[in-house]
Amino acid sequence: MSEFREKTSIVDARVPEGPLADKWVEHKNHVRLVSPGNKRRIDVIVVGTGLAGASAAASLAEMGYNVKSFCFQDSPRRAHSIAAQGGINAAKNYQNDGDSTYRLFYDTIKGGDYRSREANVYRLAEVSASIIDQCVAQGVPFARDYGGLLDNRSFGGVQVSRTFYARGQTGQQLLLGAYSAMSRMIAKGGIKMYNRHEMLDVVLVEGKARGIIARNLQTGEIERHSAHAVVLATGGYGNVFFLSTNAMGSNVTAAWKAHKKGALFANPCFTQIHPTCIPVSGDHQSKLTLMSESLRNDGRIWVPKKKGDTRKPIDIPEEERDYYLERRYPAFGNLVPRDVASRAAKERCDAGYGVGASKMAVYLDFKDAINRMGEDVVASKYGNLFQMYEKITDENPYKTPMRIYPAVHYTMGGLWVDYNLMSNVEGLFVLGEANFSDHGANRLGASALMQGLADGYFVLPYTIGDYLADDIRTGAISTQSSEFDAAEKEVKNRLHQLMNNGGTKPVDYYHKKLGKIIWEQCGMSRNAEGLKQAIADINAIREDFWKNVRVPGTEGELNQELEKAGRVADFIELGALMCQDALDRNESCGGHFREEFQTPEGEALRDDDNYAYVAAWEYQGAGMPARLHKEELHYENIKMVQRSYK
Amino acid sequence: MNLKLKIWRQKGPKDNGKMVDYPISGISPDMSFLEMMDVLNDQLVEKGDLPVAFDHDCREGICGSCSMYINGEPHGPGRGITTCQLHMRSFADGDTIHIEPWRAAAFPVIKDLVTDRSAFDRIIQAGGFISVNSGSPVDANAIPIDKHDSDRAFDAATCIGCGACVAACKNASAMLFTSAKVSHLSLLPQGQVESRDRVLAMINQMDEEGFGNCTNTGACEVECPKGISIENIARMNRQYLGAAISYSPPKATGGGD
Repeated sequence: MSEFREKTSIVDARVPEGPLADKWVEHKNHVRLVSPGNKRRIDVIVVGTGLAGASAAASLAEMGYNVKSFCFQDSPRRAHSIAAQGGINAAKNYQNDGDSTYRLFYDTIKGGDYRSREANVYRLAEVSASIIDQCVAQGVPFARDYGGLLDNRSFGGVQVSRTFYARGQTGQQLLLGAYSAMSRMIAKGGIKMYNRHEMLDVVLVEGKARGIIARNLQTGEIERHSAHAVVLATGGYGNVFFLSTNAMGSNVTAAWKAHKKGALFANPCFTQIHPTCIPVSGDHQSKLTLMSESLRNDGRIWVPKKKGDTRKPIDIPEEERDYYLERRYPAFGNLVPRDVASRAAKERCDAGYGVGASKMAVYLDFKDAINRMGEDVVASKYGNLFQMYEKITDENPYKTPMRIYPAVHYTMGGLWVDYNLMSNVEGLFVLGEANFSDHGANRLGASALMQGLADGYFVLPYTIGDYLADDIRTGAISTQSSEFDAAEKEVKNRLHQLMNNGGTKPVDYYHKKLGKIIWEQCGMSRNAEGLKQAIADINAIREDFWKNVRVPGTEGELNQELEKAGRVADFIELGALMCQDALDRNESCGGHFREEFQTPEGEALRDDDNYAYVAAWEYQGAGMPARLHKEELHYENIKMVQRSYK
Repeated sequence: MNLKLKIWRQKGPKDNGKMVDYPISGISPDMSFLEMMDVLNDQLVEKGDLPVAFDHDCREGICGSCSMYINGEPHGPGRGITTCQLHMRSFADGDTIHIEPWRAAAFPVIKDLVTDRSAFDRIIQAGGFISVNSGSPVDANAIPIDKHDSDRAFDAATCIGCGACVAACKNASAMLFTSAKVSHLSLLPQGQVESRDRVLAMINQMDEEGFGNCTNTGACEVECPKGISIENIARMNRQYLGAAISYSPPKATGGGD
């Protein structure tokens, strides 16, 4: 038997006993191992090839497990982690500014507004340093100084420089590192790679996750794949908003199918609205583009002091500019956490001080940085970001300030997992953005890459063994069982229904409609009345969708409209759950801002007495309210205080 | 804007394709090229026609999915951009725009504008990695790396694997792609240990996939959305020559005591 104690409730995270700083080391020392000879008899499915999925697949294959890896893109190298710009945090203290594991842990808990699980966050901070070592060993070309050592920059919500970066393409370089590690194992036979495959259901046998049903997106064929454990590393659900910084294909389908099979979905309303994105330019827009938070290191955010000022920004004199973040938050200034910066921008625009054609934008100005450091230095730090901005907007940010506005960027919520990263469904593990555990109600910049790689390189490879140790004599799992039959039939029925309902409206029509509701009622600020209305509206969209959506073509071919239709169907159901969660949480914390609960200065007002819990929701059927399970959060090592960045 | 689109339509890998005309109106100059394609596809769906299949994902020029051959150029007019970063302001009202998939024997068409680029994955699998397991690597600052080398490695590592270099090349050569990865890794001390094996294996795989040879035309460098330099090809050729002349693989040995 495992050393790990029995669960006391469905949301018992089974955090190991002992002092915080010793938990992970002690746990690793006592989880069961699977011998090299036995690993060969064990299959693991990994869905998704972003930082979490690719690092997990590579690590598990190196250890000797048989890994089957799935991605919907044409190559694992294209997963959306590739688009992360700014950097990755690690408590290396290379800059000698007093950084430590404890400080990274503390900043992350505080940044998350005290709604994350203490032991998980400490572990994240603990393994962060190893991630940098691992990536450098793989050949990731992080920025270096002239002595040949690694360089760091600072990010929002912290007072140290602990962010490692590779120009504005850190995610790309980290993902290519993990992809190369995967490629090596594909060549060695340790990983069987399935490109252009989408998971459409998880298969449970005797209550354990034992496989998936996947659609080959190139041929339309429905396939059965079995394994001893299933790992979901399928990313976040920001595309529920239609417009977000996510890739077009990013979706919630795998996680949502698992949820419908019993996996609890935790804190779905905790979404992150990133403060520095290029503003929406028109109705045609298909996605939003992020400008890295690192720009806030040297850029200053302002709006005119005069309402509806239509002068060009360079014609507005210094004394008529309101650097509102520096004014409101003198200690952190432009580097306040993302949720704070986003709400402050919304507040100014709603009050009539917004700029640009839409008036829904604020300035991000590099004039002072260029004067201080010179254009060359600014270009070397942010050149590719400036270039990207210019390509999209046709404006030169060296000459005129950027216009920015918040946009949906990341989702802190996700499938509930225990300390071992296993969901409440046995054998179903969830990593990276797809799980909920580490960022609480708000994620700090440069922490998503850290968490994805921590889970994949340094956590799951140890914890999954404790589960798989029971399977060394199980033998291969058959796909010829009534459970696989039933799951496959359900998947086929659903596809068939989408193809043959004789509707008239394109999928995007519904997606845009859903996105608008979620953005307005469950976006940067929420209230009970709006949320109740949103739930009713979303349920109406769901019914209309299944009656009137049109999917052309056939099931048995590459059919991108069919792919989209399946994803949007799941987003609609998720949208209702997000609103239910936001309605249940009668407090403001992190990215969740309920208008009814704020301080006199307009800051988020938490209610620790009643809401210091993880809301883990159990599916009860489409259109039905989900059932709430509460995982109470206990902080043994820090005191919960109101966040202040003033 | 009003435009005349001529788009390659091909039902499946084994079907014959042809160029089909699609007039389109009401296009905003601020739209990206792919957003213009979205508008077209929504119109096709509403009419009950099949939308044009094309690969795309991040829509910010980094995932390397999008791959349209527009008016005879990979990723269309403009330098240093992918198709998703091309905006309609680059065209004039009334223009005719030809849109085709990548054309290369090693990138067979799957449907319409979607091609199979898995040959690139197999080139990386042949050696585009450093053999290090997850677990206990040495401290990241244990090996200082000359900033110039590190920066040059980074310049090569920015390749997004889109395949524009192959599409631009009259020989459909994959030398720019392959040399970018060879250079990235061999410029770093961590990658030098395996550099001879790597260059031989990756070039061998490149040839097996059916890519053509390099004749130093330089079209790849011009069309590369990330500005990868053909200097990398020269570097790879030098390494290949050195490895091919001097190197014989070690013999397999027994299992020890």
